[in-house]
Amino acid sequence: MGDGAMGTMLQTAGLEPGDAPERLNAENPEAVRSVHEAYLQAGSDVITTNTFGGNRRRLALHHAGDRVFEWNKAGAAVARRAAGAQDREVIIAGSVGPTGSLLQPVGDLHFDEAKNDFAEQCAALAEGGVDVILIETMSDLEEVRAAIEGARAVGDLPVFCTMTFDTHGRTMMGTSPEEAVQATVDFGVQAFGSNCGNGPGEMEEIAEKMIRACRGVPLIIQANAGVPRIEGDQVVYEAGPERMAEHARRCCDLGIRYIGGCCGTTPAHIRAMIEATKGSDGKGAEEG
Amino acid sequence: MSRNQELTEGIIRGDRENVVRLVREDLEAGHGPVLILNDGLIPGMEKLGDQFGRGEVFIPELMAAAKAMNAAMEILRPLLEASGVEPLGKVVMGTVKGDMHDIGKNLVCMLLRGAGFEVIDLGVNTSAEQFIEALENSGARILGMSALLTTTMNRMGAIIETIRRAPFGEEVRIMVGGAPLDEDFAAKIGANGYAKDAPLAVDRFKELHAALQP
Ligand code: B12
Ligand SMILES: [Zn+2]
Repeated sequence: MGDGAMGTMLQTAGLEPGDAPERLNAENPEAVRSVHEAYLQAGSDVITTNTFGGNRRRLALHHAGDRVFEWNKAGAAVARRAAGAQDREVIIAGSVGPTGSLLQPVGDLHFDEAKNDFAEQCAALAEGGVDVILIETMSDLEEVRAAIEGARAVGDLPVFCTMTFDTHGRTMMGTSPEEAVQATVDFGVQAFGSNCGNGPGEMEEIAEKMIRACRGVPLIIQANAGVPRIEGDQVVYEAGPERMAEHARRCCDLGIRYIGGCCGTTPAHIRAMIEATKGSDGKGAEEG
Repeated sequence: MSRNQELTEGIIRGDRENVVRLVREDLEAGHGPVLILNDGLIPGMEKLGDQFGRGEVFIPELMAAAKAMNAAMEILRPLLEASGVEPLGKVVMGTVKGDMHDIGKNLVCMLLRGAGFEVIDLGVNTSAEQFIEALENSGARILGMSALLTTTMNRMGAIIETIRRAPFGEEVRIMVGGAPLDEDFAAKIGANGYAKDAPLAVDRFKELHAALQP
């Protein structure tokens, strides 16, 4: 079982709205560590580093393009420390998100430039001690390829990749789950899957499609807790722990090996998801 | 296929080279720029816009079409102006403060330019003061604001209030957009319009622009 959202939890821990969450890895690692610990206490076997926006182009938007190495390494190290305090094995997944720019020919970003940025980030994550590279929330297969090649260029850690199918069942670039599995398996990922999107219901449909196309590659599912909506001054995610627990059970029955949460999920969600999948057959989620 | 249909198809396929060639040839053959635009290019954008709304095409197709459209407009714009066709006016656009999402906003900008608007794009993370300054300096009275986060969309109301307090604030027509917004929310925060995708946004901007004309 994986973990849940980081960003929303850090917001309650003093992250300035709009600032780079990765800054806290260096400037307030205790805040980051306490989020990891909350997920570890909930029972997560995999924790994901607070480095989703840690590539050079994204950090440059916060005038911190020169902090890539420091903040990613620190992000990996704080997760490693949190895991080290556990008396069980915990896997550290080094989160790698999109550059935020569209690649050529659709946009302006050159493939090699993207690849170099990913390589830089992955090298820092490896140095900080992650066990796998987790490329997340991708929409464009070219960017996925750049990220995988970037990761491979600086080390031999396993590479996992998850994409977001939030637009009429496809990524916003138009890629279907089946096409995505095919392509990334050819790129040579060790596990593939989907994260974020429009909540557990759509995610279950995506999972079924991927299962049919995966050629034996282990699958990852990390849904968000539905699409957020505003009630008064409160942001409410529609799926509570119970709905996510049911979702985890369904994914488990489908044969998904690595289940977790994305935006809007909390340690309470993860705890319920673990509870719901305990004792299920060998394909169960608890192996992470 | 007629020349206009060929142009329409060229836009739908995002075939920039062919679109530019066809526009040049049509002009040489004596076709008027207004007809090329209205009967050739715009129907292409409209058809593709509908397909985008239905999830039949996606960002790459829409971007390619917008690029072809913009290349054609580069050629047509001076001719349209020379023949007395008023440019569609200026629009200030930006993603609001604290928000770095710009893919959707950029699409809106591209389609607006393709439709003949002059767009002053302030990028991401834009404050009320920056919006006001750009409106003041450019003389534009149409503003588009984008937000993708629930946190930043909740600050749009306050931004609109600040803009309304500027000396020309009541004149400004404000469009808002972004995935978490809807028509009700836009009305509640005092915006003048909302659109759920970029092709529909162009229609709404045109309406606002028309309503502003004396
Ligand atoms: C791509 C993406 C990113 C990219 C952005 C790249 C970029 N350069 O924009 C990256 C990876 C950088 C990113 C970062 C983050 N993201 Co983000 N992201 C998305 C995603 C998957 C797609 C957005 C998108 O580009 N869609 C495609 C475009 C074409 O659609 P669109 O933006 O809606 O625009 C259309 C219409 O809305 C309209 N429109 C848009 N603007 C305007 C303006 C006007 C005036 C008009 C009329 C119309 C209009 O026309 C457009 C074209 O049709 C969404 C999920 C989603 N489905 O929305 C999450 C999402 C918006 N992100 C989310 C989050 C949480 C984040 C982060 C906080 C994650 C993190 N922990 O770091 C950061 C925030 C950074 C920041 N401070 O802004 C959440 C927000 C949830 C919430 N509670 O608010 C979402 C909803 C994911 C989710 N399901 O939970 N993200
Ligand atoms: Zn998410």
